[in-house]
Amino acid sequence: MLQIKPILAALKRHKAGTILIALQIALTLAIVCNALFIIQQRLDRIARPTGMIETDLLTLQNRWVGVDDEKTGPLIRADVQAIRQLPGVEDAISINSYPLRGGGWSTGVRTNPDAKKSETHTTQYFVDDHALATMGLKLVAGRNFRSDEIVEMDPKAVVASSQIMVTKTLADKLFPDGSGLGKVVYVDDGTKPSTIIGIVERLEVPWNSSWSDTFLDNAVLLPYQLTGGGTSYMVRSKPGQLAAITKSVPETLYKLNRMRVIPSERGVRTYDVVRAQAYKSDRGMAILMGVVCLVLLAITAAGIVGLTSFWVGQRRKQIGVRRALGATQRDILSYFMTENLLIGVAGVVVGALLAIGMNLWLVTQFEMARLSLVYVAVGVVALLLLGQGAVLAPAMRAARVPPVEATRSV
Amino acid sequence: MFAYYIQLGLRSLRRNPLLTALMVMAIGFGVAASMTTYSVFRATSNNPIPDKSSQLFVPLIDNWGPEDAAQNKGEPPEAMSYTDAMGLMRDHRGKRQTALYPVAPSVIPADASLLPIRESSYAVYADAFAMFNVPFLYGGAWQSADDEAHAATVVIGRKLNDKLFNGANSVGREINLDGRNYRITGVMDTWDPQPLFFDPVNTSGFGDPIQLFIPFTRAIDLKMATNGNNNCNKHAGEGWDAWIRSECVWIQYWTELPDETAAAGYRDYLRGYAAEQQRSGRFHWAPNVRLYNVPQWLDHEKVVPQEAKVSLLVSLGFLLICLVNTVGLLLAKFMKRAPEIGVRRALGASRKEIYAQFLIEAGTVGLAGGLLGLLLTGVGVFGVTLVFDPDIARLARLNVSLIALTLLVAVLATVLAAFYPTWRAAQVQPAWQLKSN
Repeated sequence: MLQIKPILAALKRHKAGTILIALQIALTLAIVCNALFIIQQRLDRIARPTGMIETDLLTLQNRWVGVDDEKTGPLIRADVQAIRQLPGVEDAISINSYPLRGGGWSTGVRTNPDAKKSETHTTQYFVDDHALATMGLKLVAGRNFRSDEIVEMDPKAVVASSQIMVTKTLADKLFPDGSGLGKVVYVDDGTKPSTIIGIVERLEVPWNSSWSDTFLDNAVLLPYQLTGGGTSYMVRSKPGQLAAITKSVPETLYKLNRMRVIPSERGVRTYDVVRAQAYKSDRGMAILMGVVCLVLLAITAAGIVGLTSFWVGQRRKQIGVRRALGATQRDILSYFMTENLLIGVAGVVVGALLAIGMNLWLVTQFEMARLSLVYVAVGVVALLLLGQGAVLAPAMRAARVPPVEATRSV
Repeated sequence: MFAYYIQLGLRSLRRNPLLTALMVMAIGFGVAASMTTYSVFRATSNNPIPDKSSQLFVPLIDNWGPEDAAQNKGEPPEAMSYTDAMGLMRDHRGKRQTALYPVAPSVIPADASLLPIRESSYAVYADAFAMFNVPFLYGGAWQSADDEAHAATVVIGRKLNDKLFNGANSVGREINLDGRNYRITGVMDTWDPQPLFFDPVNTSGFGDPIQLFIPFTRAIDLKMATNGNNNCNKHAGEGWDAWIRSECVWIQYWTELPDETAAAGYRDYLRGYAAEQQRSGRFHWAPNVRLYNVPQWLDHEKVVPQEAKVSLLVSLGFLLICLVNTVGLLLAKFMKRAPEIGVRRALGASRKEIYAQFLIEAGTVGLAGGLLGLLLTGVGVFGVTLVFDPDIARLARLNVSLIALTLLVAVLATVLAAFYPTWRAAQVQPAWQLKSN
């Protein structure tokens, strides 16, 4: 550490190179911190549970052809019956939408019918008594719908149902003391009361973009079978039968009634595919940022190796003199390591400020969260270590310069 | 001299292969990352209808009131209610106008062995085709009289025409949509504006080309529900009639206004319309209206995906770091040759000539980096399908302009990076160099 003063003096003679390395470290730190933060945010989104058991689950999109929207009720019932009877099928439902599908119903909920504004937002899923079994939801309080409670409903004429199931998140939001079961709420800005007869542990809304983040786990299940031009089916297969039913379900449906369209794209998807497609851009962004970070670190390291090698080459004679005057190989090694550490510290100080500034700017531009300082700390340590690692090879070469070099002219 | 300097440059590159490789790779990666993300950004921020983007306008009318608008920075809803869309259509104040919404009819092929097909479809007015510069292969738009007659006419896309009629001129023939026959008045030529400017609300701006247009009035007669978003601030009531009389918003409205005066006039008209609604007791608030042209509308709807912007920014930062890196390496490389520079200067070379030599040398490094960058950009453009939606990824292409830009950016950036090292090289004192030798 006593070497700091002569190192600073030497660096003054190499201002440009010093500034360039420090600048490169600073910029790299700023970008790597923010990239790592973006990666973490995206991975967090991908890891969010839907509340369903996602294995052995198949989804289908169906659109009726040449039938009036109000008259599709019996057709949908026939479809669901036929699917449930297929070998390999555990259970099946018709539903308006499902988690990660995108597109669905959202509405406000109130506990007081006279309140002007709803207390929170929720999505609505229209299901029958088979939904819990098909989707693999966990009922934590109360009871499921009974089959005699299920009503056929025109989507244009949906009114509040007297009995509903809700997610635990929504129940706790409306009744923070945890007494949601059996209470009355008002859905869809109506004045018709709905009694909470069951609470499911978790069920996500159909959207996964940021606009629904505020009510991600708020869902109401209504005992309605919607008619209308299009519907989604969800089918749970018996264990290991998913591949078989992925083929047999659409075949059966077409056999039952040809006047329908099951789109070739996204018409029949296992839930794994639904999840992969829904989070494609989040996953891709995480991969892209990861690659950028790695290449960036590699380039910064290469830059440090390049410039330090140049300095070592330039100072062979001085190194020789120091060695001749009694400096050990260790002294020379630690000289270059310390020099790099000094530059690195200057770089990371500027870089940490840059990283925070860049994040603040991103926050104003892109609805991004604030950067956690943990990332800055991790980045600082990583870059200092990277610098030390990069400088090791040229520094060792410097340490091997023989004392006799002092006597040679260039 | 130029050729000689290039030769010198190449020789110097060979003399120090590791350093050269580092520089070329840094530039290559930096340029490739920037160009790949730029190709996506360029595609998503493209002006889809350059000739008319300042003449086509989306009017918005606040029919929900300040309480709802406050949740959206005071902006009116981004779609229109049926009541307002029909009010504006009736007043007919633009040069052309159309209300439109996505519908989902299915085409039932005449050949009974084929399954029904669904294509992306819209219900529009006759004006839409002229407004949006829709090109026709055969025939043309239906007439305004067809709008008034709620006629069963249809305009189909080239792809659908190929599928149903093997590409023959099908004008005047009929196709079956959901069990009802429609007379074809025109077959569009390939028409694929990206972003899909006329309905970013329901498509997020990108999607497959539209293959089917039917008259708006006909779609309403048949009670075709929207295949897009329907937003209500209160319960719409039960049934179709209640829905179209409700304040639910689900219609996109476009009008063509040829110049600034017309646009100003239309703004006044919109305010007047809203004031009229206030007087009649429908709105309980002062007029809150907007008029956006195409670029403003795409911007308002945030059509450029956040991923495209963030990744472009990160890549540009990446390029900047690569350039800082290059400055450092070039400095090392040039200063190593201080004695050589000293000799050249002593033999009579001017500073200008030193500048020329080293900038050209940097240029050759840049060119090599650019070629590597081009290769990597090719890989990158291929790889954007990993990151972006397929609808967006298909727009990112490695075309001539992108190739030229890649090389140009690489060379320019490297030469720019070389200015400081070159200046240092030119400062070398010949006497001092010769002395120390």
